[in-house]
Amino acid sequence: MRTMSVLDMFEFKTDEETGTLPRKEARPKTPLSQIETHEGQPIKIMTRNLSVFYGINQALINVTMDIPQKAVTALIGPSGCGKSTFLRSLNRMNDSILGARTDGKVLIDGINIYAPGINVVALRRLAGMVFQKSNPFPKSIFDNVAYGPRLHGIQNASVLEELVEEALKKAALWEEVKDRLGRSALELSGGQQQRVCIARALAVNPEIVLMDEPASALDPISTAKIEELIHELKKNYTIVIVTHNMQQAARVSDFTGYFYLGSLVEFGTTKKIFTTPDKKETEDYITGRFG
Amino acid sequence: MNGTTTLSIPNLRFQPTDWIESLWNGLLRLFAIIPLCVLVFILGKIFSNGAETITWEFLSKTPVQGMTEGGIFPCIFGTISITLLMILMALPLGVGAAVYLVEYAGQGFWVRMIRAAVNNLAGVPSIIFGLFGVGFFILFVGRNIDHVLRTGLLFGQPCMLWAAATLAVLVLPVIIVSTEEALNAVPQSHRAASQALGATKWQTIVHVVLPQARGGILTGAILAISRGAGETAPILFTGCAYYLPRLPVTKLFGVIPMINPLDQFMELSYHIFIMATQSMDAEKTLPIQYGTTLVLIALTFLLNLAAILFRMHFRKKLGQVSLQ
Ligand SMILES: Nc1ncnc2c1ncn2[C@@H]1O[C@H](COP(=O)(O)OP(=O)(O)OP(=O)(O)O)[C@@H](O)[C@H]1O
Ligand SMILES: [Mg+2]
Repeated sequence: MRTMSVLDMFEFKTDEETGTLPRKEARPKTPLSQIETHEGQPIKIMTRNLSVFYGINQALINVTMDIPQKAVTALIGPSGCGKSTFLRSLNRMNDSILGARTDGKVLIDGINIYAPGINVVALRRLAGMVFQKSNPFPKSIFDNVAYGPRLHGIQNASVLEELVEEALKKAALWEEVKDRLGRSALELSGGQQQRVCIARALAVNPEIVLMDEPASALDPISTAKIEELIHELKKNYTIVIVTHNMQQAARVSDFTGYFYLGSLVEFGTTKKIFTTPDKKETEDYITGRFG
Repeated sequence: MNGTTTLSIPNLRFQPTDWIESLWNGLLRLFAIIPLCVLVFILGKIFSNGAETITWEFLSKTPVQGMTEGGIFPCIFGTISITLLMILMALPLGVGAAVYLVEYAGQGFWVRMIRAAVNNLAGVPSIIFGLFGVGFFILFVGRNIDHVLRTGLLFGQPCMLWAAATLAVLVLPVIIVSTEEALNAVPQSHRAASQALGATKWQTIVHVVLPQARGGILTGAILAISRGAGETAPILFTGCAYYLPRLPVTKLFGVIPMINPLDQFMELSYHIFIMATQSMDAEKTLPIQYGTTLVLIALTFLLNLAAILFRMHFRKKLGQVSLQ
């Protein structure tokens, strides 16, 4: 298994060149993904006392959680409990929200992504995101998927074509669109659009894919396709998915975290959470006896 | 009406209240038709009186005989040049300002002040802009450039550059406001998607936001041209000439012909104004006045049309199905 070193993970140049290298204290002595385990799985993302505030309103309260590598972790909980906030804090998408403030640590492969000097652009390449409402750009299918690679400097047409094809194949969309890559992505069905967005996220070759209710606006067939896709993707990616659908969480995930009012109530293997949860609140929520 | 306390079955036949209905209907229709009548009247009068004046001669020759005969070519040339120069200055500035306001500025005190200033600017009478142009562009900016460059009196006098700059300030609010609207119409989710792919803010603006806002920005440009082309007051003191025996052109490096922005120029609307008020024989020049007016209207229309076609071209290229 490939272990990431700090340097190749963020593609940092030296301090002198960019000044973007994380400070010494942010660097791990031993790659944590090798030593920390959760149910036998190496850990990819660790949060430590993570709190997020929107103005004076605290949306996340001291969340400490270990997200295993190359597995699917589902986040469940009632509306407004902070699932999306948590997900966004994993690739610092909260940064651009006016008045949002983050406390605590998020460590990816042992590096605190909130440490000063972290290159947010590189972080977001590492941790891609798929949103609840599919949001393809009003560009062609090809240009949508090629958007990320182009941003990061790839201009060679044949390389781009290869990347696009690969990403669309991973997103299980290639067969459906290979003859019309030049058509607008907005002409596709909702489910196809969402898969374009997944392909777009995969095209920058991330290691982590964050999905915020990726199937909530889709019909059962498209949903099944996306779930199948997630199952396939976890071989190579660390996936964190927010869902309101208990069956979905049970079907696709290996680990589940239950959030309530900004706190992580319980976290464990999906099997355990859905069969013998430690906390009564978790059981009530899962069995629908919530509230 | 019929004095019962319970609601009666609706009467399907004509009711007295329907008269009031139709009265209002008719009245409102009349109100709506009035502007159309005015427009038809104006255009009709100009066409019927001006059409026969329009000859190739009229369009391509310079005025002669103390401007009581001859053509209006220098005025056409001046109007086109100054409009283009105006939009060339106003568009980057206005779009830049709007991008700053929408994408970067947030909602602070100063941003609200800037917005208020922009809105107020839109309401300032155009003659004030003319005076501002003299005071700011010619006497302050121009004279200081002259002072620094030691060129003698070159920039510090009325010329096309300052007239266009004055017009640009006049149309700036139009461009800013419509660009802001266009930028706000770009879904926030597209910005998020772009940033989640590792784009910087600037990359997101260039590759996602501006391409989608292009239609709205061009609409702003069209409105700006409509507003600016044919304005007389702002250029009255800042650059247009009563009569100029030559075109405001020069040769770049002695070879490439180009508009000389430091020269004065003749302009259609100003030409109409002086023909009507200061001509030696206003009666005699009446056909020329009508002809010039017709040309001005046609030209504004054509400039608008060009911008609209330009926008349609862009929309098509985007392959845009309607977004909402
Ligand atoms: N941009 C924002 N500005 C201010 N407050 C916000 C913002 N986004 C979320 N919040 C608040 O933070 C809390 C958590 O919101 P979040 O969107 O993370 O919940 P969620 O669990 O994803 O809910 P849902 O299941 O409905 O998507 C809520 O109280 C919400 O009002
Ligand atoms: Mg949410």
